[in-house]
Amino acid sequence: MATLELSAIRKSFGPVEVLHGVDLAVADGEMIVIVGASGCGKSTLLRIAAGLEIPSQGRVRIAGRDVTALEPADRDIAMVFQNYALYPHMSVAQNMGYGLKIRGLPRAEIDRRVREAAALLGIEALLDRRPRQLSGGQRQRVAMGRAIVREPKLFLFDEPLSNLDAKLRVQMRAEIRRLQRRLGVTSLFVTHDQVEAMTLGDRLVVMHQGHAAQVATPMEIWAKPADTYVAGFIGSPAMNFLKGRLTEGGRAVALEAGPTIRFADGPRPGPEGLPLTIGIRPEHVRAEAGGLALTLTLDLVEPLGSEAVLHGRLPNGEALVVKLAGPGPRDGTLPVALPAEALHVFVAEGGRRLDPAGG
Amino acid sequence: MDRKVVFKQRLLPYLLLAPQLLITIVFFFWPAGQAVWFAFLRQDAFGIRTTFVGFENFAELLADPLYLETIRNTAVFCIGVTAIALSVALLLAVLADRQIRGAGGYRILLIWPYAIAPAVAAVLWIFLFHPQIGLIGRALNGAGIAWDYKLNGDQAMLMVILASAWKQVSYNFIFFLAGLQSIPKSVLEAAAIDGARSVRRFWTITFPLLSPTTFFLLVVNLVYAFFDTFGVIDALTKGGPAKATETLIYRAYVDGRVNLDLGMSSAQSVVLMLVVILLTAIQFRFIERRVHY
Ligand SMILES: Nc1ncnc2c1ncn2[C@@H]1O[C@H](COP(=O)(O)OP(=O)(O)O)[C@@H](O)[C@H]1O
Ligand SMILES: [Mg+2]
Repeated sequence: MATLELSAIRKSFGPVEVLHGVDLAVADGEMIVIVGASGCGKSTLLRIAAGLEIPSQGRVRIAGRDVTALEPADRDIAMVFQNYALYPHMSVAQNMGYGLKIRGLPRAEIDRRVREAAALLGIEALLDRRPRQLSGGQRQRVAMGRAIVREPKLFLFDEPLSNLDAKLRVQMRAEIRRLQRRLGVTSLFVTHDQVEAMTLGDRLVVMHQGHAAQVATPMEIWAKPADTYVAGFIGSPAMNFLKGRLTEGGRAVALEAGPTIRFADGPRPGPEGLPLTIGIRPEHVRAEAGGLALTLTLDLVEPLGSEAVLHGRLPNGEALVVKLAGPGPRDGTLPVALPAEALHVFVAEGGRRLDPAGG
Repeated sequence: MDRKVVFKQRLLPYLLLAPQLLITIVFFFWPAGQAVWFAFLRQDAFGIRTTFVGFENFAELLADPLYLETIRNTAVFCIGVTAIALSVALLLAVLADRQIRGAGGYRILLIWPYAIAPAVAAVLWIFLFHPQIGLIGRALNGAGIAWDYKLNGDQAMLMVILASAWKQVSYNFIFFLAGLQSIPKSVLEAAAIDGARSVRRFWTITFPLLSPTTFFLLVVNLVYAFFDTFGVIDALTKGGPAKATETLIYRAYVDGRVNLDLGMSSAQSVVLMLVVILLTAIQFRFIERRVHY
């Protein structure tokens, strides 16, 4: 158990820089999930923590010790790979005991620990099998077992669930979370799946093109996304974005779609007429007629049983997605209102969140 | 995954096979059959009278101390060539794999020795090791080591082993490199994280995963050392000095073509054929049983 500290990590492959200075401090026992689109540098960051890649710049500290120049072998970490990376020529028990054998533990002790971990994961019956005789889910468990028998300072997971089918993924997700809590090992978990990220992480790192766009708890990220990228990435269906301009001395936004809405949480700093991007989540749009209502012309309705997702266009042509409880209308038009307290305000240029002055 | 092609006409597949079968029959089964037949015959010195002698040729062969000496030479030679060709190739492949995962241009350079004719290869080695005109040969003599492979049997053996191994290294290298590159990178990374440093990773992960390739090459190299090194030996030492580098195949040639003892030569060929059959059988058996990871 230990802390992990990544400071100002940069990484280039040849002339291409893929990480542009990432900072991250993971507390003892914490589970941090790194989430982002494919190719944004998640795996690279994880591999730098593991020692499989050397950062072009920046330091890696584990439990306060600078390990930037150390080999993976000297870092006392364990990693679960996306393809499991089990040793194909060894039995399950040998796979799990390999790291302990290298550390020179006595045979009886290795045996005891392997059995213990196998019991924890429910794979005692598989100990004599070879990896190729196992199903995907079983391999996944063996890979987990190989990580936990070592009792490392740090767990690293690189999309370990993405090769499993949907049902198994949900099950393993919960299991990993329980296991991590129980063992209390500091963990870094990489995924491109936002649901996995939201459910697993104590805190999330949302990566975007080699930057950490936001580091915060799942709820914070959902409630106060730091920029339009994070806002659009977290949440399903994705947040709607509408164009507008700052008006009334910062107290309101004039939407291109028509209405001017006063901010519920106070005035924003900035010049009159500043181009804004206003975000609102589909589940926060209300279907009601009234003073500030807009007319949504529906072009697609997705009924999901207990709720419906409606896709449509506002009078000025902007797209809007609405999620409603119940079956919803089939087609036609729908009056919708945008509640002021549900609006997210971003500066159009660059997409940074614009919070009330002093707030 | 079996992909079967179904022919409509019965005759077509046989017609397609016919040329290959014909070549095999004319150039392999026929001479092989002849060799087996000759092995049971004996001709008089003038080649006029031929008599059937049963297993006499074989009995004589195995009673010949010189033949037993040839077997010993062949064993030393084959083991030497195979061991050197495999280990040098593996070492080179590991180094290349580490440096150039993926790149390919250098392979041409390494495959060259394989494409060189045995005689040319031999000339090259003579230029290196000839006691008077060879670069290394002269240097050895200059350094006080009495080097003359034309007089010293052990040195001659060393020389033909090295020359034969050298020719085979590139072939082995290509296979080892392909084998190394087919080992998933993440498996080696997992071992690194499990605490294994590079030497340990090699012996506990890489080498076992390479074993199907190694085994295949082992058989191929033995067959090569047994049967395909005639040219190198002929050009370098002609089996000498004092038969020190005479292998089974070389002796079969000498007895048949030089001493014109067709019966004895054929008996030897039959022995060699049995060796091939044995090696092939071993290979098929193991390749079928062997796990392919
Ligand atoms: N060894 C490498 N050599 C060159 N480019 C690489 C290498 N590893 C990763 N990259 C590049 O770095 C970027 C980030 O990759 P990666 O960290 O694997 O992304 P992610 O895991 O978020 O999908 C990608 O554009 C990828 O092509
Ligand atoms: Mg990745």
